[in-house]
Amino acid sequence: MADKITVGYTHLSGCTGCTVALADNYAGLLTLLDRYVDLKYIPTLADARHVQKVDVSFIEGSVCINDKLAVEELKETREKSAVVVALGGCACYGNITRFSRGGQQNQPAHEAYLPVGDVIKVDVFIPGCAPTPQLIRNVAVMAYLLLKGTKEQKDLATLFLKPLMEATENTHACFCELMTKVINQSLCMGCGSCASSCPVNAITMEYGKPQGERDLCIKCGACYNQCPRSWYSFDVVDNYEAINEAIMAALQ
Amino acid sequence: MGAELGKYKLAVSARSADKEVQKVAQDGGIVTSLFGFALETGIIEGAIVAASKEWAAKNQDRILMENSNFEMAEPWRPYPAIVYNKAELIAAAGTKYNISPNVSLIKEATRSFGLDKVGIVGTPCQMQAIRKLQLYPIGARDVGASIALAVGIFCMENFPYQSILQLVEDHAAMKMESVKKMEIGKGKFWVYGKRGQVVQLPLKVTHKYEQPGCHVCLDYVANLGDISTGSVGSPDGWSTVFVRSKIGDDVWAKAMAAGVFETKAIESVKPGLELVTKLANEKITKNKATVEARKTFGVGKGLRIPYI
Repeated sequence: MADKITVGYTHLSGCTGCTVALADNYAGLLTLLDRYVDLKYIPTLADARHVQKVDVSFIEGSVCINDKLAVEELKETREKSAVVVALGGCACYGNITRFSRGGQQNQPAHEAYLPVGDVIKVDVFIPGCAPTPQLIRNVAVMAYLLLKGTKEQKDLATLFLKPLMEATENTHACFCELMTKVINQSLCMGCGSCASSCPVNAITMEYGKPQGERDLCIKCGACYNQCPRSWYSFDVVDNYEAINEAIMAALQ
Repeated sequence: MGAELGKYKLAVSARSADKEVQKVAQDGGIVTSLFGFALETGIIEGAIVAASKEWAAKNQDRILMENSNFEMAEPWRPYPAIVYNKAELIAAAGTKYNISPNVSLIKEATRSFGLDKVGIVGTPCQMQAIRKLQLYPIGARDVGASIALAVGIFCMENFPYQSILQLVEDHAAMKMESVKKMEIGKGKFWVYGKRGQVVQLPLKVTHKYEQPGCHVCLDYVANLGDISTGSVGSPDGWSTVFVRSKIGDDVWAKAMAAGVFETKAIESVKPGLELVTKLANEKITKNKATVEARKTFGVGKGLRIPYI
């Protein structure tokens, strides 16, 4: 019990899809909770829902800057957490809430939603709409190794988390990122990862290059982050077999 | 350098023992036979391959629907497609030398195609894409564990479709429809016509048509495939094969036990691994220089580098 890491879950303007993705680890989630993680608070899944002091907190949803309570909860999360993880497209990039202009019932004045990284410092991104249960699991295991592991495990976790930490430098993402940071930079080689990863099928491959239907794009950032030419770590991916095995072994 | 061939458990020269596959094979028919065996034995339930537009037009339920008008589609344009058996593999066999975004089908393979065990063939960059997708599944829920066999193919560079069009029609003066086979080997780009005519272009001519995105690639022999294969290093009609991962090792051993391949010790064939190593080093050295040059591309400004 003593060497578990404490984890919290702050739920802002998100649809609970990220919570469901976390729960969709099924037995893996139970193993995580048994061995590695002491889940201190999380709306929906547990009774305790108010922000507490924790090692790692996950934040789901963007923050409505017109909602005083939400902003306070976000700032409190930052103050009370050693590591803040933005979970999902909304927390990382705003996602669909980027399209809000207010006027909706029952809070018509709630018009402006920001990715949490625009208001507080965020340490790690887990993009995706919804984020995948497997990436949540991998990050949770790596966060545990980073905080409680041996020197070797810490090094591995640092390498693994590095791209997801560097991703926090940018809080804007949509199909445009594929254009401006991959294709315009002459880095695209036409693998099709982006088309596969798009949750709304807004991307097709035309003559070996992605074609984005921008009216369909929800700005989740999955395509850009899944692209092997957005960021790629040889140190990590070259050892995919050993790392996959280590993660699976940790959850046996 | 030492790491240019990636990690591998076994290197061997091989070809399909199946005469039918040999007839349609680009080289040793490794991918066709390996997937054929894996499909027959249930190691995989379907495989993502680069099919011809003719095959795709006849089997539109096997590709991503993109409102393709196949009347308009060009010959030699590859379509990533799901195949279920050896006959379909044979119909899809052969290298197309332009971009087939095979990874674009990987999620759908596990969704509307309902596959729990997927095979995929791809270039080194596509192998990188699927390994990144397994470790960092951002838009690929429940996909990583379904990839049951990933076969990588050696790749110096790829070409956009329009480049192949220009090479074949403008430089080689052949109609795309009349081409039977394309091949890069022995320092030349070969175009074989259906009537038996052969045109060879020096690779120097082809360089300016290469896909620019390939010039930052630091992998020649698909280091991240479970098994990777290519013609380089082995005699005509044979392929060089690297067995790399535990999955690859297991599948290769089963295929060998079932007599799917004829093999020769890699040390016994010419030009052997020496040439593979040489070409790998050439590619990696050249492309490392390209990556380096991106840093100082402008005046006080560089281009983005994906590698961290």
